[in-house]
Amino acid sequence: MTYPTTAANAVAETLPRRPRRGSPLSRLGASFAMFRNAKSITGLVILGFFVLLAVFGDLISPYGPLEKDFTALRQPPSAAHWLGTTHMGEDVLSQIIFGTRGVLIVGFAAGIIATLIAVVIGVTAGYISGWRSESLSALTNVFLVLPGLPLIIIVASQYENPSLLLVAGVLAITGWAWGGRVLRAQTMSLRNRDFVQAARANGEPLWRIITVEMLPNLTAVIASSFVGTVTAAVLGLTTLAFIGVIPITNLNWGTILFWAQQNGAFPDYWWWYIPAGLCIALLGMALALVNFGIDEYVNPRLRSAGERARALRKKGATISDSVTAVRAPKGDA
Amino acid sequence: MSTLEFRNVSKRYWVRGSGHLLALDDVSFTLASGQTIALVGQSGSGKSTIAKIITQLERQTSGDVLLDGTPIPRAGRGLRRYRQQVRMVFQDPFASLNPYHTIRHHIERPLRLDRVVPKFEVEDEVRRLLERVRLDPDELIDRRPHELSGGQRQRVAIARALASRPSLLIADEPVSMLDVSIRLGVLNLLADLQRESRLGVLYITHDLATARHFSDEIMVLHRGVVVERGPADRVILDPQHEYTRALRDASPDPDKHFGAAAGATTTGADS
Amino acid sequence: MRFLLSRAAFYLFTAWAAITINFFLPRMMKGDPISAYLAKNQGQISPEAIASLRTLFGLDTERTLLEQYIDYWGLLFSGDLGRSFSKGLAPVTEVIASALPWTVGLVGIATVLSFFLGTAAGAIIGWRRGSRADLVVPFATFFSTVPYFWMGLIAIAFFSTALGWFPASHAYDKGTQPGFTWEFISQVIAHGFLPALTIVVSSLGGWILGMRNMMITVLDEDYVTVAQAKGLTTRRVLGAYAARNAVLPQLSSFALSLGFIVGGTLVMELVFSYPGVGKLLLDATTAKDYPLMQGLFLVITLTVLVANILADVAYAALDPRTRQVEA
Repeated sequence: MTYPTTAANAVAETLPRRPRRGSPLSRLGASFAMFRNAKSITGLVILGFFVLLAVFGDLISPYGPLEKDFTALRQPPSAAHWLGTTHMGEDVLSQIIFGTRGVLIVGFAAGIIATLIAVVIGVTAGYISGWRSESLSALTNVFLVLPGLPLIIIVASQYENPSLLLVAGVLAITGWAWGGRVLRAQTMSLRNRDFVQAARANGEPLWRIITVEMLPNLTAVIASSFVGTVTAAVLGLTTLAFIGVIPITNLNWGTILFWAQQNGAFPDYWWWYIPAGLCIALLGMALALVNFGIDEYVNPRLRSAGERARALRKKGATISDSVTAVRAPKGDA
Repeated sequence: MSTLEFRNVSKRYWVRGSGHLLALDDVSFTLASGQTIALVGQSGSGKSTIAKIITQLERQTSGDVLLDGTPIPRAGRGLRRYRQQVRMVFQDPFASLNPYHTIRHHIERPLRLDRVVPKFEVEDEVRRLLERVRLDPDELIDRRPHELSGGQRQRVAIARALASRPSLLIADEPVSMLDVSIRLGVLNLLADLQRESRLGVLYITHDLATARHFSDEIMVLHRGVVVERGPADRVILDPQHEYTRALRDASPDPDKHFGAAAGATTTGADS
Repeated sequence: MRFLLSRAAFYLFTAWAAITINFFLPRMMKGDPISAYLAKNQGQISPEAIASLRTLFGLDTERTLLEQYIDYWGLLFSGDLGRSFSKGLAPVTEVIASALPWTVGLVGIATVLSFFLGTAAGAIIGWRRGSRADLVVPFATFFSTVPYFWMGLIAIAFFSTALGWFPASHAYDKGTQPGFTWEFISQVIAHGFLPALTIVVSSLGGWILGMRNMMITVLDEDYVTVAQAKGLTTRRVLGAYAARNAVLPQLSSFALSLGFIVGGTLVMELVFSYPGVGKLLLDATTAKDYPLMQGLFLVITLTVLVANILADVAYAALDPRTRQVEA
């Protein structure tokens, strides 16, 4: 439940810094400037770890996810089974490693679909005006207000064996609205900027104004809404798996918790249910960190607040009773 | 040789809750290439509305805008040809350049859009344009706007406006966001370019002193109505309308009270 | 007035959209579980109940879609949501009515409490930015990313099974008669404490972070600096100037994420076997009780809408701009 609150409210008043030369490589680098801070990097490293687990799961995991060893049932962690075994003698660590794949595929697929919808609807609603913009905005708000999870539960329960893509699609349809809303607000503020007006006055075609002049300035917001929807999709998927709406053949961390719950793992067999939940939290934390980094990039006041206050205290002033700060000049040349 | 004509142009805005606002009321004037007109008025007088209508970022509510006697088409090739002839320099050089793109991109786009030069000459033309606004192409061409000073940015914006080789230029308070010390340089550059290319320039400002310095004629706008138009010296020295008089008396006069101290903006008029 | 009218129009539109989705969902469904059920249980269901089920689930194919839609609205206005298959063919409205108060009580109180606590904590942490209070941030982040249901499972394992402090499931002890007795009320509180605590703990982090970031942004505004320079007390600057303005976006994000929160808390009821609409929905899903599922979706959505309207009213009361338009 971490939304990029500030990105929504603080209209990108400080324009991103860009490197000097315009080679394609440094251009690519420029697009990643929002990730160049300790928080984002920490998040990306954790995320990268899970991606490696997902990709090389077959090589890394010591056992097959459903390989049963009836001589070792409900074993606590040991040298042979680092995270113990289930009631069927399955290795919990291997299940978690294989489960990573399902979580990441659905999470990223839902994130991509949702971001596409959010960009198309949000940017369109922000660029056009009048009743058409208002109705797109109302549509976005309807999707935001409708409780998504009950809807997903009902839709998923209509299918005997919903495919991963269907699950991702439903998660995306119920999860794009927040990003769409933020993008609309940002696009509306961009639309009235002089450089967009200048492009219009030059006779640039509409598609070029949107894709070449506006979208690059929205990358931070788009990235942040992507990360936000992936987080929501991971939570949604594991929740659905836990309550048993998604078939158990689709192995993910939620499925592990489903089995643990069904087979009386609580509270004694802690190794069966603690690691899977921690993995969900750790992945969520990594994504949240990436988003904090983007947030601070979009709204530099967040970044400098801590440093400035510390500097003040060094000079012997306390924060709460001193006059706060001199605001950094806007648009430094 | 081109002539832009405003014929009985009015612009009405809808304001939520309080009905409509008449931003321009039956405005008529002509601007021919080679001519410089200063459009003077306080904020809210309708100056920027005129700029938006000339560039067709907004459409007039009634009346006609004509280029060489033909009304501007709403869309299509005719509108493009019109826009190629009439270009604008925006007030705020910090906002009018896209922070994501290089200087090259900004000047290249109009060249490519209007096919001013063949493709293989685009690079050379960009450099030529930068030199025309007294900037060093080697140093600046691949930089992004935030790495430039305000004055440099405004010169880039001028180069962009000149790229399509227009015959008319709208300069909307082009120096008001710049440091006082570099205003004169940018204004003199505009004056030089105007003479070299025989441009018609509509110089929008609230500053009577630079208006007199820069232009042949002054047109005074008050609440959407043109209240006075005439040769620059005549309007300043012998204003006919009381609003013009009030405007003149409100601007600092070095001879009257403060001597050299307040003369920073007006010394330009003598040089 | 304009604000209220446009909000009212929006809520009417959303309610209409939810009801229409509910109309089309079973019509897009593959297979036909309803007629299979009706065939199996012939003679046990009254003809009127069959008629309303056929309307609700689009079996009345002899009528046009528009006629079906009008019939559907007619049923809704008469309060008929069909019969629940898994609850002995009891009317769906009655089944839901018995569960809804539990959810509104538990989830409502816990969510509002969490919002107030988190906002207050976030305001103080934002105010003391750069101090040790910032240490709360990583913890808040962690708790805001943990799934509700897992947190509930851990809470049961720890507080109820291991320590035995709280009952692990249900809303009150078996055999107790619901009523205005001290025994019953104390049991409701004891049973509700752990699920409520879990909801508060898992959603608190999000509110802390959101409010902290808004505070930091607002504290940089000149009017806060001026308020401090005037020599106003810290408490007054914090409360009447900074937090007062930071809380508005916080409140609107509260309203907008209600749908999201409710989804998460419904699953909590499964973990705690709490007799609310969430558990009812999941039971209905397992039992393939389609009429109950449809009815629940409708009721949950409309409840969220009512909560949204309340949040909007609070926003309007706090925002001087809307009050000015009123006057």
